[in-house]
Amino acid sequence: MDTLTATQKQYLEQPKERISGSEAIVRCLLAEGVDVLYGYPGGAIMPVYDELYKYEDKINHVLTRHEQCAAHAAQGYARISGKVGVAMATSGPGATNLVTGIADAQIDSTPIVCITGQVPSHLLGSDAFQETDIVGISTPVTKWNHQVTKASQIPEIIARAFYIAKSGRPGPVLIDITKDAQFEEFDFQYKKCTGVRSYVPVPKTDPSSISAAAALINSAKKPLIIWGQGIILSKAETELKALVEKAGIPAAWTIMGASALPTSHPLNIGMVGMHGNYAPNVLTNDCDVLIAIGMRFDDRVTGKLDEYATQAKIVHLEIDPAEVDKNIKTDVAVLGDAKQSLLELLPQVNDNSHNEWLQKFKDLYEIEYEKVIKNDLHPTKAGLTMGEVLKEINIQTKGEAAIVSDVGQHQMIACRYADFNITKSNITSGGLGTMGFALPAAIGAKMAAPDREVVAVIGDGGYQMTIQELGTIFQNKLPVKIVVLNNEFLGMVRQWQQLFFEKRYASTEMVNPNFVAIAKGYYIEAKKVTKREDLAATVKEMIDSDGPYFLEVCVEKEGNVFPMVPSGASVSDIRLE
Amino acid sequence: MATEKKLYTVSVYTENNIGLLNRISAIFQRRHINIESLNISVSEIEGVSRFTILIHMSEDQIKKILGQIEKQVEVIKAYYHTDDDTIYQESCLFKIKSDLLFEERQIQNIIKESNAHIVTVNKEFFVLEKSGRRAELETLHKALSVFGIMQFVRSARIAVTKDELKITEMLNAFKNQ
Ligand SMILES: Cc1ncc(C[n+]2csc(CCOP(=O)(O)OP(=O)(O)O)c2C)c(N)n1
Ligand SMILES: [Mg+2]
Repeated sequence: MDTLTATQKQYLEQPKERISGSEAIVRCLLAEGVDVLYGYPGGAIMPVYDELYKYEDKINHVLTRHEQCAAHAAQGYARISGKVGVAMATSGPGATNLVTGIADAQIDSTPIVCITGQVPSHLLGSDAFQETDIVGISTPVTKWNHQVTKASQIPEIIARAFYIAKSGRPGPVLIDITKDAQFEEFDFQYKKCTGVRSYVPVPKTDPSSISAAAALINSAKKPLIIWGQGIILSKAETELKALVEKAGIPAAWTIMGASALPTSHPLNIGMVGMHGNYAPNVLTNDCDVLIAIGMRFDDRVTGKLDEYATQAKIVHLEIDPAEVDKNIKTDVAVLGDAKQSLLELLPQVNDNSHNEWLQKFKDLYEIEYEKVIKNDLHPTKAGLTMGEVLKEINIQTKGEAAIVSDVGQHQMIACRYADFNITKSNITSGGLGTMGFALPAAIGAKMAAPDREVVAVIGDGGYQMTIQELGTIFQNKLPVKIVVLNNEFLGMVRQWQQLFFEKRYASTEMVNPNFVAIAKGYYIEAKKVTKREDLAATVKEMIDSDGPYFLEVCVEKEGNVFPMVPSGASVSDIRLE
Repeated sequence: MATEKKLYTVSVYTENNIGLLNRISAIFQRRHINIESLNISVSEIEGVSRFTILIHMSEDQIKKILGQIEKQVEVIKAYYHTDDDTIYQESCLFKIKSDLLFEERQIQNIIKESNAHIVTVNKEFFVLEKSGRRAELETLHKALSVFGIMQFVRSARIAVTKDELKITEMLNAFKNQ
C-alpha cells in the first residue's frame, strides 16, 4: 500500500456511495462533462434510461429515430465541439444499428463513446433474445471496446473509454454493459483516466526530424503543403497559418482538413483529391517538397500511387506512426501532435515567398474557372446548378455557416464551393462516404454549437436514408437548415455510369415523394425552388427563419462534378470535362 | 531488397485481454495475410501476454503490419525478428502403435538418434515428443511415417530473442510518470 501515490490515496479515501451500475453510468457521464447524448431505448438498456429520467435536469438525452443516427449525431456533436460525442443503444439490433456510425467515426478519427446494453451475463453465448456479440462485431471498427459484466468495473472502464476516444488520434469506443451489471449495486467512486500503460497516444517527437523537415522546407523552390483533419483535431489552425505565411507556401487541403485555413486566405489554393481543384492536383506532380500535415494519403487523395509526387521529397507530420510510409514513402517523418510539431518547426523555418510558383497555381485556377467554376457558379443555361445554391448559401451566411454535407455530387460541390471562414465548418463523411450522415450529424452539430448557423446540404438519395430524423429535429425544436439538392438521381453513381458504363443508368433514377409535404408533416417550414429567380430570396428566407427550415432545390438532373481524377489515374491526369 | 519475402517471427507483448486475439487476427485477415503459426502464452512479466506469430512476407509489409498491431490500445510493444535474431523451437507429438516399438527395431534407433522422448507407453500406443527446428521435426516425421502414425500434431513456433527487449523498463516508465 505504501507504493500508492498521493492522488491514489486521495481517491481511495474519497467517500463512496452505494448505487446501482446504471446510476453509475449516468454519474460517470456527468463526471466526464457530458451534457447531451443521443440514443434509443430497449430492454437491455432500460435500467440506464430509468436513471436518465431521474437525472433529466442534468443531462439531455435526445431520442433519435434510428440508432445509426444516434451515432452520427454524436459524431456531428464531436466534430464541431472537439468534445467526445455519446451514443446509447440497446442490445442486438440497437447495437448493430450503431455500427455504420462507429465505422464512420473510426475512419474519420472522430471521438465518440457508444454505450450498449447487453443481455444478462448468465445468458451470454446462449443466443438469448436480442443478444449479439457487439464487441466481436465492432472490434475492427473501434479504437477500443470492452464488455462490462460487473457494476464495480463501470467507473474505470467508462473513464478509460473517454480517455481513449479523445486522446492521440481520436476514435470511437464501444462499451457493452450487461443488464445484471446495470442492476447490481456497488460502492461508487469516479476517477478520470490519465493514462493506459500499453497505450502511447502521442508519439515522442524527435528534434532531429524537426530540423530535417525545416532544412527541406528551407531548401525548397516549389514547396506544397497538404493539410488534413489533423490540424483541426490538434487545434493547430493558428500554427498552420503561421507556417504557410512565414515560409510563403501554397497550401491545399483534404476534404477532412477543409476550413482549418479560411477559404479567402491568399495561400489557400484549394482542395486536393478526386474532385478537388485543378491546380493543387496537377502541381502535386510538380512540387519539389510536399509537406503533408495531419493527413493520411487516402487513395481518393493520391489517385494512382506510383505516379503520386514521385519527383518530390515528402515531409509527413503525423500523430499515428502506422500512417507513416503506409501509402507514400516519406523522406522525413515528424511524429507527434501537429500543433506541437508545428510550434517546434516554426522558428527553424526561414521567411520566404515563392511568387513564381504561386503564380502557377493562379494560372491553373484560371483554366479551372473558365472550364468548370464559371458554369457551376454563374450558369447561363436554364437548369439550376448545385454550385449556385452553395453560392447563395455563402452570401446569406457570410461564409460563416457550418456546412454538414451528405455523400455524393452535392457533397463534392459543397466542399468545393462553400466558403469556410471559420474552422470546423465542414462536417462530412470523408473516409467512409456514408449516405444518410448529414441530417443526423447536423442535429449533433447544431446542439453543440447553437450559436452557429448549421446548414445541411443533402442529396435526394441520402436524404431518404435518414429522413426520419426530421422527427428528432421537430421534437427538439432544432433550428437546422436543411437543403436538399434534388436531381432525381443517385447523382454520383449516375455520373460514373455516364462516364465509365456508357450511360447505362442501372438503378440510379429515383421517383421522389413530395419532400415539402413530408417536412410539413413534421411541422417544419418548407419550400421548393425550381427557378433561378426564386433561389436567392428563398435561401435568404431560410437563413432568416428562426426555426428549422427545409429547402428543396430542383437542380439539373444530369449535371456532373468536375474536375475529376478518374479512379486509377494519376492526380495530374485530372479531367476538366 | 525490403520487398523480398522471408519468414519473420513477430513478438507482441500485450495486456491480458480476451478480445485482443480477435483484434490482432483481424489485422491479418483484412489483408489476406496467412499466419503460418500463432502462439499465445504468458510472458516473463506477470499479467502480460506474449503473442508469437510466424509470417511469410516482405520487410516493407511487416513494418506496416507492426504499425497496425502497435496501434491497438492494449498492445504494449511489438517486434519483428528474422531467424538469426532468435532462438526458436516448435514441438510435436506422435501417437504410434505400441506393437511397432517391439516389432520394428528401426524405430528404437530412430527415437534414440533423433533425441525424441517417449511421453507415455501403454499396450495400444506410445506417444513420442520432439522439440526443435522445423527441419528436424520434419525429418523425424518422414522417418516415422513409413511405419504408420496414428496421430500427429505440431505446435506453433515459440521464440526468444538474442537481444534484450525492454518491456519491463517501458512498463516501469509508465508507472513512474
Ligand atoms: C450508404 C451508402 N450506400 C451507397 C453509397 C454509394 N453512393 C455514393 S454517392 C451515391 C449517390 C448519392 O445520391 P444522392 O444522395 O442523391 O446525391 P447526389 O450524388 O445526387 O448529389 C451513392 C449511391 C454510399 N456512399 N453510401
Ligand atoms: Mg441526387
